[in-house]
Amino acid sequence: MQVTSPVRPPLVTGGKQIPDVTEDICRQVEGKPTKSWLIAFTASVALLLYGGYCLWMTWYEGLGLWGLNKTIGWAWDITNFVWWVGIGHAGTLISAILLLFRQKWRTSINRAAEAMTIFAVMCAATFILAHMGRPWLAYWALPLPNAFGSLWVNFNSALVWDVFAISTYFTVSLVFWYVGLIPDFATIRERATGIRRVIYGALSFNWDGSAKTWSRYEAVSLVLAGVSTPLVLSVHTIVSMDFATSIIPGWHTTIFPPYFVAGAIFSGFAMVLTLMLITRVVFKLEDYITMEHIESMNKIIVLTGSIVGIAYITEFFIAWYSGVPYEKYTFINRAFGDDYWWAYWTMMSCNVISPQLFWIPAIRRSIVWTFILSIIVNIGMWFERFVIIVTSLSRDFLPSSWAYFSPTMYDVGDYLFTFGLFFTLFLLFAKFFPVINMAEVKAIIKSSSGKKTK
Amino acid sequence: MEKGKNFILGVFNDEDVLVGAVSKVRKAGVRIHEVYTPFPVHGLDTALGYNPSNLPVVAFLFGLTGTVLALTMIIGMLGFDWPMDIGGKPFIALPDFIPITFEATILLASLGMVATFLIVANLKPWGRPFMFDPRSVDDKFVMVIDLGNNKIDKESIKTLLSDNGATEVNLKTIE
Repeated sequence: MQVTSPVRPPLVTGGKQIPDVTEDICRQVEGKPTKSWLIAFTASVALLLYGGYCLWMTWYEGLGLWGLNKTIGWAWDITNFVWWVGIGHAGTLISAILLLFRQKWRTSINRAAEAMTIFAVMCAATFILAHMGRPWLAYWALPLPNAFGSLWVNFNSALVWDVFAISTYFTVSLVFWYVGLIPDFATIRERATGIRRVIYGALSFNWDGSAKTWSRYEAVSLVLAGVSTPLVLSVHTIVSMDFATSIIPGWHTTIFPPYFVAGAIFSGFAMVLTLMLITRVVFKLEDYITMEHIESMNKIIVLTGSIVGIAYITEFFIAWYSGVPYEKYTFINRAFGDDYWWAYWTMMSCNVISPQLFWIPAIRRSIVWTFILSIIVNIGMWFERFVIIVTSLSRDFLPSSWAYFSPTMYDVGDYLFTFGLFFTLFLLFAKFFPVINMAEVKAIIKSSSGKKTK
Repeated sequence: MEKGKNFILGVFNDEDVLVGAVSKVRKAGVRIHEVYTPFPVHGLDTALGYNPSNLPVVAFLFGLTGTVLALTMIIGMLGFDWPMDIGGKPFIALPDFIPITFEATILLASLGMVATFLIVANLKPWGRPFMFDPRSVDDKFVMVIDLGNNKIDKESIKTLLSDNGATEVNLKTIE
């Protein structure tokens, strides 16, 4: 029995009842692919193939194909890696942290957001493998005796922590997502016939919806949410330590963990919005992903965007206040230097100024504005990582080795590969899996639907 | 499911009516075989008298295993098997070992708990579950009563169910 304030706007509109939920969500799983889906899918696969060629060349020829030089040894690879991992934070945040806070609006968006998380982490992993140069030796990062002698990996290194953090995050997110999918696969199974019944039958793991299983399922969901909450915060903390534990000016700062986590949530919610605004129109889910959902996510964007903004300003202040000449130089060079001022001000305007527009209710509740700003935020967050990584590296301790980074077609191509991978996987998910968690939405229909049940 | 067994299925349209009916039916002395619902119904497990799941304890034990395994592994490798002198710092630098220990704890707790859940709830990709009423994964709440397990006669159970809000009362014999 839940009590909902009568002033609270409904989370599911259109007077939907429980059978409507099944019908509306299963429709696109059961129907033939639409024309727009086929066009989008073809485009994604084309991108994937072109990117795949570039990635293959990178691995075949070596990292010399990238625009890296002696001074700048990390550029687009780690920028893209951090960007994708950051995007991959929203899904687990929505499903775990908002579950613990009993935010019911998460139910319509958690499935797709978690799928997005998993695919984004796969894209991030692509760059981990790619930047190793010899990805077939990637298992050397695991605690195996080095070269099968007896020297182990260095557990004091943040990069080794990252191996564990990213792989744990991927595994736990995948398991969390799949456990949630099982009841919905059972719903599809009972409606399907022929080969589809066999496939969805296997995917549904013999789910019968008994009260005992639901009781255990609830216990599992709660514990998974409980352990995922510190996990999601730990992942970007550890990613930030890849930088913060070094001695490079501009990286060596204690503010990095909270600053990176806030940035990750910021960019992740923006990506969720970009995808959901398209999905709700293409699959006609406007009654499930309503203006309330969009507005709630925009509020989180303005909160995390402001944290990011304060972090930028704090970093600048501390650079001056610390009295360290290298730190001061790095920050002044970032903002006003000849080489990268444009990247810095792109970052500042996209991440600090643009989300502040969401204080205005009309903008927060406008689909066009939300869509544009969600893309701007992710452009800004890409530049944030680029600014941090490249500007600090470009000014070496030895001025004679100062350098500028220019990307090659392989830098761009490898980045395009991950877009191809991401959208191909997301489109397959959207077509063949239930994009909205039917069981969870049905559970809130009675308390939060526009019309009361009989 | 054994052949020839007889069941009464009470079909409900509303979760709150269902939870009320479960308490009343149990109070009347009827044993409920199981209730099937399309989503987790709050309070249904207590109404049915189910004990809270022990899965959180399982998760804790698996998590503890992860903690111990990770710490033993790292301390064993860096502290004893091949100590590395890094700027004269201690070989067993505990704060540095915490992140991986933490991740291993979470990984084992999650995987162990989910694996246990799949095993105890008999969730597996092969085979086909027995569905008393397929609508129970769509929009209906189905209360199943095993006639062989109850001394009360069929007709009074049927009346009890419809009096407590069941929209349909069906008989089902396993073929």
